[in-house]
Amino acid sequence: MVSRLLQTSGLPSFKNGVHPPENKDLTSAIPSRRLPFPAEIVLPLSQHIGRPAQALVKPGDRVERGDVIAEASGYISSFVHATAAGTVKSIEHWPHPAGAMQPSVRIEVDPHSTQLQRPRLVPHWDEVPEEQLSEEISKAGIVGLGGAAFPSHVKLRPPEDQPVDVLMVNGCECEPYLTSDHRTMLERPEHVHQGIRIVLRALGIRRAVIGIESNKPDAIEIMRDTAPGDLDISVQPLEVKYPQGAEKMLIKAVTGREVPSGKLPSAIGALVQNVATTASVALVFETGQPLIERIMTVSGRGIRQPGNWVIPFGTKLSDVIAACGGLNDDAAEIVFGGPMMGQSQASLDVPVLKATGGILVLSNDECKRQDILPCIRCGKCLEACPVFLNPQLMGALARVDRFEEMAENNLGDCMLCGCCSYVCPSNIPLSQLFAMSKIQLSRLQAA
Amino acid sequence: MKAREAKHGTVKITAAPHVRTADSTTRIMWSVVLSLLPVVGASIWIFGPSALLVLVASIAGCLLTERLFGERGNSLADGSAMITGLLLGLCLPAGFPLWMAFLGGVFGIGFGKIVFGGLGQNIFNPALLGRAFLQAAFPVAITTWPVRSADWWALRGDNFALPFMSPGASDAITGATPLGNVKFGDDPVITPLFDLFLGNISGSLGETSALLILLGGIYLAIRGHLNWHIPVSILVSVFAFSGLFYLLGLSPFSPGFMLFSGGLMLGAWYMATDMVTSPVTNSGCWIFGVSIGLLVVIIRIWGGLPEGVMYAILLMNALVPFINRATQPRKFGSASDKSEPAAEKGS
Repeated sequence: MVSRLLQTSGLPSFKNGVHPPENKDLTSAIPSRRLPFPAEIVLPLSQHIGRPAQALVKPGDRVERGDVIAEASGYISSFVHATAAGTVKSIEHWPHPAGAMQPSVRIEVDPHSTQLQRPRLVPHWDEVPEEQLSEEISKAGIVGLGGAAFPSHVKLRPPEDQPVDVLMVNGCECEPYLTSDHRTMLERPEHVHQGIRIVLRALGIRRAVIGIESNKPDAIEIMRDTAPGDLDISVQPLEVKYPQGAEKMLIKAVTGREVPSGKLPSAIGALVQNVATTASVALVFETGQPLIERIMTVSGRGIRQPGNWVIPFGTKLSDVIAACGGLNDDAAEIVFGGPMMGQSQASLDVPVLKATGGILVLSNDECKRQDILPCIRCGKCLEACPVFLNPQLMGALARVDRFEEMAENNLGDCMLCGCCSYVCPSNIPLSQLFAMSKIQLSRLQAA
Repeated sequence: MKAREAKHGTVKITAAPHVRTADSTTRIMWSVVLSLLPVVGASIWIFGPSALLVLVASIAGCLLTERLFGERGNSLADGSAMITGLLLGLCLPAGFPLWMAFLGGVFGIGFGKIVFGGLGQNIFNPALLGRAFLQAAFPVAITTWPVRSADWWALRGDNFALPFMSPGASDAITGATPLGNVKFGDDPVITPLFDLFLGNISGSLGETSALLILLGGIYLAIRGHLNWHIPVSILVSVFAFSGLFYLLGLSPFSPGFMLFSGGLMLGAWYMATDMVTSPVTNSGCWIFGVSIGLLVVIIRIWGGLPEGVMYAILLMNALVPFINRATQPRKFGSASDKSEPAAEKGS
């Protein structure tokens, strides 16, 4: 309680939330390097929210780096590109980071290829009609790189009755350990800004705010120094607090306004894009490179050499670990994403995907599990929940399968950020219960 | 759902989040026990071996009942039964027969907690329920207050009275508590505030030193192991209402005397703050605390008993589910919008 008062910085933020140990200094000062191309690339057709892409290649086909191998199969879907030159081996079910087996294109990487892209005609961003920009972005397979992997072109066409007047660029990176957005801002600020310029043009607006947590002063400085003078772009330092980078929390911190329950940010005229997303948008119109790789943080005390790497999507976890010096003896858990919302991996064969901002190898000490005790109604979860739910009550309801009642208590607003589980002294897996309840509820509603 | 502890060389597959705070229910409970040790020490220093005996008896009653009837095999380890035993012992007089103290512990844990389903399920504070039972069953023994004795080693009452035998005449000197003194004394004496604060008075074991209870409570509040809204609202409410009634000439107690006498400090910092039996929201805690304060003042001034902290807390414990329902957090996104964006300020 008192410690909470001491941690208030006076910078804009949102109410509630938690302060997990940041652990960013493991990698934040390490410049990104290119990971060697692996012998095989596995590209799932589903790397985004929405319908899986439709494969366009067949076994035996030769593909160059950047070639389309699968096309979007609907409006909310995305293109998938070959991330390395080679030969298509097969299209088969393969372990997917989300847990199940998913149809994936396996490509045997050509060890003799220079891995350059096929030369292609790049449309100049200023000459493409505004309404076609989102189409180019869709064809480049761009999805939100903040973790959700929502196809970006969909976001760029907000509902007619909800015009967007401000673009919020998310450089918060509130998940502990992760430094990939931080490195993106430091190493490619001109790409981030160029991407912002293109997105602004696609939206037909001129104003953008870049929100960055104050634990990245160098990124704040460089983004300010490189901001173009002809657009209304400002950089807003924000309090270091999890989940500052969640869309609703970022908007609350920057504008002081709350996105209404069940509504999109466009309901209050805002649109959020991650800094890594805008940087990859810039590349599409600079070199024609679609979304085929990104900076990923490989960190945790279970990996020998933590660092930041440019990794082509489809690289298998085992290849990443091998390139980072292997595992330490006390490595216990491998997580795709951050420690608060990331997913535990059960296989070393899973490929890294567009949304994989980080790969954490946690040691036993870092992810200690304690026994689950009964809820003592301490109320700490209510003080942690950024969307003002009552996790204590909902946890009790989840345990007795009263899912409809949970819906009445705004289960739909829960974004599974994990704050309640994080603070619970009885170690009750609240956000896991809520994730399962959401599934159960949608089954009930479908029936 | 139970976490599988990975041994060396095995891979953990768990649901997010993969990191947790170091705070645990077990740690919270044992830090409460730790913070009570100075109070325990003071009670032994003031009341001699009798204090220790009463504490041991009530703790034994609690631990034994938890061990025998607790649902989970290791429920002693979480420390909650230990707290109940300590708190119950601290609100008993030093000369209390040990078998009664033991029985109070058995009742408190058995009927106060285990019949509801164990830790986290009970409605009433188990220690206070145990004391309420003793108050009803043994009204004389529980209001026999020994004063400081010249001989530290002397028992302060008939601690070793056998069950269901009337306690033998004791040579310990007894005296009225400061509250009882003002309320029922033939020649009302107002105990000086400074004595109340340091604990140089007669009363139950933990009723005596407001200073040490305050220090323990503040320690817990800083560590985030108790919700400071509760004690602060109770104390503010007692001070405000007793001040009001004092000024109106309705009450013989000055607000300062009200704050530092009786079981108020122990009740406000250790009994009302029991997480299980207090509201989950901070606004609920304010309602809870202010109501307790008002009830304490009313019972002390107009009630038939000299002290009202126990009944005030138990009564409000019963209302906690309603307070929780009435103070649900507002839905995110339902606040009135601020039209002024904060964005431009920083850059």
